[in-house]
Amino acid sequence: MHKASFEQRPKRVALFVTCMVDMLYPGVGIAACELLEKNDVEVVFPEEQTCCGQPAFNAGYRDEARKLARRFLSIFAPLVESGEVDAVVAPSGSCATMTSHFFEPIFQESQETELAHQAERLASVTFELTEFLVDVLGIVDTGAQLQGKATYHPCCHLYRELGVDRQPRTLLDGVEGLEVVDLPHADDCCGFGGLFAIKNSGISAAMGRAKATNAEQSGADAIVLCDVSCMTHINGILSREGIACRAHHIAEILNNHLGSTLRPPSQPAPAQADHPRRWGD
Amino acid sequence: MQVDIHAPYKDRVNQALNDPNLRVAVSKATDRMTNARLDSMGAVEGQQLRTQVRKMKEHVLSNWPDYLEQLETNLTRNGCTVHWAAGIDDAQAIVKEIALQNSANLVVKAKSMATEEIHLNHALEEAGLRVVETDLGEYIIQLADEPPSHIVAPVIHKRLEEIAEVFQEKLDMPPTREPTKMTSLARARLREEFFAAGMGVSGCNFAIAETGTICIVTNEGNGRMVSSMPRVYVVVMGIEKLVPTVEDAFLQLQALCRSATGQQLTVYCSMTSGPRQQGDVDGPEQVHVVLLDNGRSRMLARGYGEALLCIRCGACLNACPVYQEIGGHAYGGTYNGPIGAVISPALAPEIAQFKELPHATSLCGACREACPVKIDLPRLLLDLRSDLVQEGASPKPEAWGIKSYASLMSSRRMYENLGKMASIGSNLYAGMSGGNIKFMPPPLNGWTAYRDFAPFAPKSFREWWRQRDKLRGRS
Repeated sequence: MHKASFEQRPKRVALFVTCMVDMLYPGVGIAACELLEKNDVEVVFPEEQTCCGQPAFNAGYRDEARKLARRFLSIFAPLVESGEVDAVVAPSGSCATMTSHFFEPIFQESQETELAHQAERLASVTFELTEFLVDVLGIVDTGAQLQGKATYHPCCHLYRELGVDRQPRTLLDGVEGLEVVDLPHADDCCGFGGLFAIKNSGISAAMGRAKATNAEQSGADAIVLCDVSCMTHINGILSREGIACRAHHIAEILNNHLGSTLRPPSQPAPAQADHPRRWGD
Repeated sequence: MQVDIHAPYKDRVNQALNDPNLRVAVSKATDRMTNARLDSMGAVEGQQLRTQVRKMKEHVLSNWPDYLEQLETNLTRNGCTVHWAAGIDDAQAIVKEIALQNSANLVVKAKSMATEEIHLNHALEEAGLRVVETDLGEYIIQLADEPPSHIVAPVIHKRLEEIAEVFQEKLDMPPTREPTKMTSLARARLREEFFAAGMGVSGCNFAIAETGTICIVTNEGNGRMVSSMPRVYVVVMGIEKLVPTVEDAFLQLQALCRSATGQQLTVYCSMTSGPRQQGDVDGPEQVHVVLLDNGRSRMLARGYGEALLCIRCGACLNACPVYQEIGGHAYGGTYNGPIGAVISPALAPEIAQFKELPHATSLCGACREACPVKIDLPRLLLDLRSDLVQEGASPKPEAWGIKSYASLMSSRRMYENLGKMASIGSNLYAGMSGGNIKFMPPPLNGWTAYRDFAPFAPKSFREWWRQRDKLRGRS
């Protein structure tokens, strides 16, 4: 996807917060919002936004996906076209992939050429959060501090569809006090895959357990990633399997939401699966 | 527990997931092959090679009828007999007829997916012939009475210990776990079969149109034995497996070897350009080439032509995290892994015959990254899902669910109300089970069977936003 180059540093962006962040993990949205504002980018939140339609698209329901894609375009495209915002930023590689990679072809398919073009134009100014922070704003250090050991899991859409990998890793390296260790088989999918997790739950969970085992082997206290969907899956597995390590969205780490330390080295892992912590705690 | 390839999809998957040997055997081998591929492709301009091969294969596909005609002309000129087979029945009948006409009682075979596709062994055995697979891996699974579970490594699902058991049981091998001893035994047995066979059958890795040459790639030399020792040699090839020139053949050979096993070159690349000529000291008296469609032209017409670029290297299987968990038999067709999930339904008379396969993937894209011809497998899988919905082959409750979701999400008010209800409900429920949700009703029990679920946030992002706006006096 061809990305626009900005002559001037973007001043204002529309936050595509994604429905999962909105309803399940508002902290991630708040962190994304504050990270942008700290870096002198004004955030606009179009309150009409709901879901981009990815679940329908993924399951093969193109008409339903187009219905929500049309709605999405009608909310975000005018903001960009009128110059009210310079870009659209999402704290999710997967949802950014849906709007910037899949809208255009599904409107080509339905021969809605105008919408396809509009989707293409919007795609050129749509960014995943870390991509925007690093590539557009030129940030390498967000000023975050966190003691502990973390590892990075590249979520599939972010890594393979958007080609974003260096950016989150750069930002993590910039976190003071954080030791970033390698995750064995890092680029193996965690097994989420949307409806796949329900339809093929046995396979999906087996993949998730492989990811959990690798995370445990890395010795990290936290798995950092850029998608709350994969985070939900990995944490669901870790919690069920009684593994202390947790997945965290990168925005929360970059915005110092996790306190000063991931886990003091002396503190043993809360091992019993029977008494899981709430992930947000 | 062994996977029963004829069982329903869900049973096959469960059988595979419950077999601890399978995962160990498959993931070890696929990891090894993936690492070998990465090293081997990295040692050359791998990306450039992929681009070149794709371009060449695309060129073939856009001039498909012309190259097929050229191939037929040149094969015939070389003295081969060309047969066209539209489907499984035709292909079986053609090969059976050749065997019967030549009174061949014993058939030796080199590894071939095309003959798996037409269930050739079964058909020949029914006609009273004995069929012996001569690729070591194929030989083992033939002894074990199983189909191959990988495009290039048919016995990948078995560990050494299991193979030793098969040899002890079927070949009366004294107990040993030494691969060299086991291989020697197989080699000695196969040698006898080669001498006795009246007919050899192989597939075709690629056929060269400009010269009328059949190329088969092996590491054991059994391909050359099959194609040169028996009096009659039969090739069954998918009609997409052709390249225009000798140069193109070597380009594809590079991509194939490096992507399949990570070798720079396979040990043998056996080329046959026709039967024994006058004065030749060896070679078959007859060479028959069966050009097999079996759904390939239909696949192109259906919009899945990109999958015809496939050179059957198996790299996508090795890279696939789903394949690593369930192995090949769980896919239930001739082809497995990501490419199988595309071409099993796309080749079939009805896509819905394999309606589970396009969903047997998390769409992670590792396959596309590994593919030497850069087939966009995730995109093809998404298209198949869409076709299944169009054909009404998806479950009714799912269709209803997705339609309702799309309606709810089309209204901000409904979305916000639903979010609020989910928040209150899930927090109440989660509170009762210690913080996380451990059980949900169907179909969501698919989630909670293996994972916990955190409740919705007490306060959504948009509520935070509105509150902040208010505090700032914006609204």
